[in-house]
Amino acid sequence: MTNLLTKIVALGALVLLLGASHSLAADAQVKIANFTFDPPTLTVKAGTTVTWVNADDIPHVVSEKNGAFRSSALDTNDTFTQTFPTAGTIEYFCAIHPHMTGKIIVTP
Amino acid sequence: MPKSLGLLEEVLAAEAPSFTFLQISDSHIGFNKPGNPDALGTLREAIAKVKAVPAKPAFMIHTGDITHLSKPDEFDNANQLISEAALDVHYVPGEHDFVDEGMGKAYLARYGKGTKGSGWYSFDDHGVHFIGLVNVVDLKAGGLGRLGPEQLAWLADDIKDKSNSTPIVVFAHIPLWTVYADWGWGTDDGLQALDMLKRFGSVTVLNGHIHQIVQKVEGNMTFHTARSTCFPQPVAGTAPSPGPMTVPADQLRSMLGITSVAVRVGDKPLAITDTPLAS
Repeated sequence: MTNLLTKIVALGALVLLLGASHSLAADAQVKIANFTFDPPTLTVKAGTTVTWVNADDIPHVVSEKNGAFRSSALDTNDTFTQTFPTAGTIEYFCAIHPHMTGKIIVTP
Repeated sequence: MPKSLGLLEEVLAAEAPSFTFLQISDSHIGFNKPGNPDALGTLREAIAKVKAVPAKPAFMIHTGDITHLSKPDEFDNANQLISEAALDVHYVPGEHDFVDEGMGKAYLARYGKGTKGSGWYSFDDHGVHFIGLVNVVDLKAGGLGRLGPEQLAWLADDIKDKSNSTPIVVFAHIPLWTVYADWGWGTDDGLQALDMLKRFGSVTVLNGHIHQIVQKVEGNMTFHTARSTCFPQPVAGTAPSPGPMTVPADQLRSMLGITSVAVRVGDKPLAITDTPLAS
């Protein structure tokens, strides 16, 4: 009985851990809507994974200013994720609608 | 010497019959959103209009966004329908034709033969010099459409031996002049190209991208953008974004269409006529 209880508690802790790591992996989001990045400037802690979601009827391509990363064409509701391990400022834009620009500020 | 060459060309132009060519644009095959759930259907209607033109046009140009997502089946479906017009078609790409994993490989494999760089080229027909430019590649953050130094150098070389009396038609996807910068409707280095063309007596600039007719005349230059065959976009600045405009189904076809360009003898500007799919 005690043994089973231990197992249940351990399982519960594991679920909590998984839940925590899951939320860490997707704890910041940029919505693409009306040909703008929302928010246009996002501040996150180092190690954060940012997810872009395209809410427009037109595809967009998320690209770092100098091409350090680049998504494929994101159709409606498609997502793109990128992890930012080190502090710094990352400027990005839509590679096919270059007037659309955004910024990720990564803090230590 | 250039003068006598010019005179000779003027004589040839005077003898050459007037002719027409057609423009279609922004067919966006693969688009299936509320703005138009049947992009193939409206392209089919546009091609029916093309086939119904009474005097056979010399050829057709397509000013880009053939496809919505650069997928092979989208290119195939577009090609199959457009070939039913039984006309030579000269293409330039839109940004939607360059979003495959190879960033343009799919387009260039189909339409790049005989072109330079990312697909630009020129040709002569009935004494008119036609120039197809690409302004949707290697775009820069915060900018608009872009031709780039390599293409501009090619253009300078391409036109250097042309006499001022040669009629010029230049076509590209994004407008070469700034229609509305806030929505990206312009080309950063477009003015450099237009400046090179200023010395010619007749210059016609044909674009797509903005899915509506905008036109202006400046000196010897006539600017015109064509309707899409797929969905309309709002007038500059009248909506939160330039995204597809969803209109009642019975109005959609009045906002889509094809463009016919009649080249007239002499120094007269070309006559541009837009025909909607339905009035």
